[in-house]
Amino acid sequence: MSDRLKIALLLAPALSIIGILFFGGLLIGFMRSFNYMPVIGLTDPDLSAYAAVFTSKEFYLSFLLTFHIAFTSTVLSSILAIGAALLLRRTFIGRSLINFLFQLNLTVPHLVGAIGMLYLFSQSGSFARLGAEWNLISKPSDFPAMVFDPYAIGIILQYIWKEVPFIGVIILANMQSLGEDYESVARSLGANKWQAFIHVLMPLIFPGVLSASIIVFAFTFGAYEIPAILGASYPKALPVLAYQKYTDVDLAARPEAMAMAIVIALLSALMIYFYVRYTRRRIRS
Amino acid sequence: MVGKESFSVRSFRVLTGIVLITWLILPLIPLAIWSFAKGWFFPDLLPKRWSMQAWDYALSDTAGVIDSLWLTIGISLAATALSILVGIPAGRALGMYKFKGKELVELLILAPTIVPGIAVVLGIHSVFISMGLNNTVSGVILVHLIPTLPYMVLVMSGIFANYDPSFEAQARSLGASPIKTFWHVTLPAIMPGIIVGGLFAFLVSWSQYILTLLIGGGRVVTLPLLLFNFATSGRNDITGAIGMIYILPGIIILLLTAKHLSGRSGAVGGFGQI
Repeated sequence: MSDRLKIALLLAPALSIIGILFFGGLLIGFMRSFNYMPVIGLTDPDLSAYAAVFTSKEFYLSFLLTFHIAFTSTVLSSILAIGAALLLRRTFIGRSLINFLFQLNLTVPHLVGAIGMLYLFSQSGSFARLGAEWNLISKPSDFPAMVFDPYAIGIILQYIWKEVPFIGVIILANMQSLGEDYESVARSLGANKWQAFIHVLMPLIFPGVLSASIIVFAFTFGAYEIPAILGASYPKALPVLAYQKYTDVDLAARPEAMAMAIVIALLSALMIYFYVRYTRRRIRS
Repeated sequence: MVGKESFSVRSFRVLTGIVLITWLILPLIPLAIWSFAKGWFFPDLLPKRWSMQAWDYALSDTAGVIDSLWLTIGISLAATALSILVGIPAGRALGMYKFKGKELVELLILAPTIVPGIAVVLGIHSVFISMGLNNTVSGVILVHLIPTLPYMVLVMSGIFANYDPSFEAQARSLGASPIKTFWHVTLPAIMPGIIVGGLFAFLVSWSQYILTLLIGGGRVVTLPLLLFNFATSGRNDITGAIGMIYILPGIIILLLTAKHLSGRSGAVGGFGQI
């Protein structure tokens, strides 16, 4: 058997599954967003769903909210993860416990974290009770709204809880394989700690940070269950809005849902572009 | 970089460590407490009365939590088994051969790990209607392959990149059949990858929510769906108990594979999906 045929046969099952389910799903969504579906008699594609979506204020508010959630969560998680990794590469009391908790946290589904945040930060949650205990507040409504709130604080806190360990574990492995030789050289040449960090360590770990944050951004932009648990009723995060439109009793709203799904897909395509462009080296190795 | 660190630097480090440890376990604490609480009202810091009611309910035959647990295990096992079956050959092709279009193939397999489920599942749902796959367990297993398979392929291609095929050639020249060669030579060599990749694929399937919700159509109620329903209906005690049951496999898998979770293995990338 020639190598070419062998490779094709080895790849065929995986590529068919991903091709049919993933790209097929995308393609059908794309077609339906244009009201085009010859099988069920829709033969004239039009732009009505996009017109409806792009003229609706709810969509823009929803898009901005979702972008804010994804951007803020990604930036804060990345910064905190770098700090945590710097902390964890030194030995100190409790390091192995933190390491274990980081890994434990990786296995806990986002949904559980979201419910945890709900019980911690809602107006009758643990922190509100602590506030009442210390006489800072007298009734639940005195506690600042941190879940179901317009700034999505609870959602962002949940993502930080889950993503700092995720990015942190990747950066830490990165730092450990680099060793400290580069920084030592910089220090012996007269750089101070801060300069050695900014000019030597940061550029070295940056590809790892970037690839992890791209994954985090795409995930936080497209996740459903976390904003569905912790989000405000208006505006909703884009995936929640799309699901709501799709399951609307009015079937005419379905193409609009598909159009929103395409917006999410386009944004993640952009993420894939960045991922491949800037972090290709990492996957190859 | 060596040299003695000052006392203040060390205490700062320990202090940050304590804050970090607290923050990492904090969200799980109210869940655990709720599962043993019998009414826990504002402003009580701890429940006034404790009870096993939520656990009795969750573990009873009639509540459906145990059925849902078995269903979720079954779906995740099936999705994992299929991913292993399909992921091994694909990983072999990507890990051991250089060929034209390899980068494109890698990109196609990588794409589902970044594109969120909601972007593809709406389209799949409208096709599955005509195939009768909506509201079925098989339909749910199939869509779970979208997040689990790419991940398995990536892990296996890493394994095959460091694999020496000359042992296979030797076995073959000594008269072993292709099946025997695979069983006695290849399989033992790639077993570590299958186990680690499989356990993580299991967890990825275990954590799926929106794919199951839409394709299962409310008929296929896995544990996360049940958990969500109880959480949004305000039954905090039962939510706590189901939440504890739900995170258990992750903890068990962690204890089995802790040393593979260092982030140096490509495997850790899959945790972006959980």
